[in-house]
Amino acid sequence: MNGFFDLPSDLQYGYLGLVGLHLREGLIPVLAGLLIALPVAQLCVRFRWVYPPVLGLTTVLYSIPSLAFFVVLIDYFGQSETTVMVPLAIYSLVVLVPAIVDGVRSVPQDTLAAARAMGFGPVRRYLQVQLPIAVPAIIAGLRVATVSSLSLVSVGMLIGNQGALGNMLYSATTYNRPALAVNSVLTTAVLGVLADALLVLVRRLLTPWMPPTKGAAR
Amino acid sequence: MAAIALAAATALLAGCSSSDGKADNPLSDGGQASGDSVVVGSNNFPESTLLADIYGEALKAKGIKVTYKPNIGSRETTYGMIKNGTISVLPEYNGALLAYLDKKAAPKTADATTAAIEAKLDSGLTLLKPAAAQSKDSVTLSADTAKKYGLTGDSSIADLKDAAGDLVIGASPEFQTRQQGLVGLKSVYGLEFKSFKALDAGGPLTRTALQKNAVQVADIFTTDPVISKEKFVVLKDPKNLFGFENVQPLVRKGALNQKGADALDAVSAKLDTATLLDLDTQVQGQNKDPLDVARAWLKSAGLA
Amino acid sequence: MNVLHFAQAFFSDGSHWHGRDGIPTRLSEHVKYSLEALLFAAAVGLPVGLVTGHYGRGGNALALIATAGRALPSFGLLVLMFIWIGFGMVPVMIPLVVLAVPPILVTTYEAVRSVDPSPVDAARGMGMPESRVLLQVELPVALPLVLSGLRTAAIQIVSTATIAAYVSLGGLGRYIIDGLYQRDYEKVVGGAGLVAGLALATLVVFWAAARLAVSPGVRRSG
Repeated sequence: MNGFFDLPSDLQYGYLGLVGLHLREGLIPVLAGLLIALPVAQLCVRFRWVYPPVLGLTTVLYSIPSLAFFVVLIDYFGQSETTVMVPLAIYSLVVLVPAIVDGVRSVPQDTLAAARAMGFGPVRRYLQVQLPIAVPAIIAGLRVATVSSLSLVSVGMLIGNQGALGNMLYSATTYNRPALAVNSVLTTAVLGVLADALLVLVRRLLTPWMPPTKGAAR
Repeated sequence: MAAIALAAATALLAGCSSSDGKADNPLSDGGQASGDSVVVGSNNFPESTLLADIYGEALKAKGIKVTYKPNIGSRETTYGMIKNGTISVLPEYNGALLAYLDKKAAPKTADATTAAIEAKLDSGLTLLKPAAAQSKDSVTLSADTAKKYGLTGDSSIADLKDAAGDLVIGASPEFQTRQQGLVGLKSVYGLEFKSFKALDAGGPLTRTALQKNAVQVADIFTTDPVISKEKFVVLKDPKNLFGFENVQPLVRKGALNQKGADALDAVSAKLDTATLLDLDTQVQGQNKDPLDVARAWLKSAGLA
Repeated sequence: MNVLHFAQAFFSDGSHWHGRDGIPTRLSEHVKYSLEALLFAAAVGLPVGLVTGHYGRGGNALALIATAGRALPSFGLLVLMFIWIGFGMVPVMIPLVVLAVPPILVTTYEAVRSVDPSPVDAARGMGMPESRVLLQVELPVALPLVLSGLRTAAIQIVSTATIAAYVSLGGLGRYIIDGLYQRDYEKVVGGAGLVAGLALATLVVFWAAARLAVSPGVRRSG
């Protein structure tokens, strides 16, 4: 058993199984983060005084190292995927909330006035005017959050094989098979780059009126 | 508040997506062990994983449903998990387990060790029969260091007393706070090392550190094939700090039926130190998969 | 369990305040690792970001490098480098630098590119050489954003430097890893608290640096 994709039995999954697990552990938190960030950001836009404390809180939570977060959560969720996913979801907020707030705030007053003049209520205005215009900013935030979430999953290895592709790192050292560590790092990086490219594609589909290169660097 | 909502949302989404049968649902953590599937756990070092595979496959051969939870962490963690029922069978080492439960105990025989453990063990847990195989923590020197201080395989840990102040000792992080670790080395042998380097549980970090002289003394398991390969010198332990270390299954009461308990007893009856060393060599030296090694041995021993 | 209770127990235990495993030692180790990594990353990211931003070229290539850098898992890179290189600082520095270069690079590039072109043209018109245009006109204006890129990088380094403990080095991660294996929540919570505190202190340092270094004229317009 020395092949690149030949995984030891104690990983309990084949290569593709680990990839699937990794995507699940990395993407669900971003999705959960987005679901929370949307209303929180809307609150921050409505009531300006909410924004600084929310930013402060997410920054403080973000500065807690992932491993410490995992260890503390073991008491609540056991050595499980949830223990890995909850901190990742919390980390995603530090990127997503400001991205959405900036995006929604960047909608020109004239546009909002026009929407109001057309008889749009606040809900409809939010869903049909503000949110679509904010899409590029939101996706830019999602790209950063998704890529770093996928890369952080690996640390879950330390709390009892909960790190999906990261678990290969344990086998790599234990069974003296460096190829597995190369595999783990490369596959994780490729997943991140692919997810990023996919989000760029989604943005192009959602905002056909935008020039394709805008915001490429962030 | 947002954080709690977030945790809830994540847990919910995680639950929904658990289409994969292998993934464990965190909400059912407590109930897993009492079901018809036996959960065999292991600590974060290869011998433990190998032993777990042997136990699991032996149970499977008797038609018992088994799931594995390998590479969990140190005893400090796994003991908690078998206590709360997340896992139901765990390969243990009787002396180390006793030292964890009772720092002062110093039993003279393996049977006395088992009795002492049973007295301190959580009421939901019990031990099956011990195997003859022993795998101990040890105070081990690299060949160069041993030569430098004139120590051989016949020397005792106590002989290190004068040199210890110049030497760095390396072991797993939990070694620092364990009786069978820095605590006992100081209280039983009066050793105080220059400093401590936190590595892993007799794993690759520890081996490399000793080979490369990043540490001069290390805790290497006595069944580690690297000892003979690198001519490491294991010091004798006349005061029995590292005690009896027979491999012995720790199980939750009621998790195994008679057939299952008999199967593990049969494994223990055939498992001696030479066998364990051979199996470890296959896994750690020849890169064979522990599960394959476990199955092959069970078959050759007539247990599967 | 009560996190605050553990934190209090950790910090009020006198034995945690001295010796090789004491808070002062671990904290200074952590600061040292972080500063070294930030210096390396800045030495790579700043010049490349400034020059590419000045000429306004290579944005797409930078974006690609940045995404790749972010996508590489720090922990995996650490283990891989440890396997290849062995004990020492290098296996820790590589993932930390890889982590920190993208924010520095991308933000610096954006910062220089978004400088108002009219003063830049004026400076050129006055006969300033390109290097002085970059350093004396563009950089002062871009400084707030450049600093914010460095700040993001610094925070990520401080939080991620904890993984050094996994390959037997010191730093505040020692408390977290040891606490995990010793099942000692006081250590884990105390270590995490110290890391978070250090990250927030880093924020304050950058805020102060921005107050001091950014020229008042730029600050007002920004």
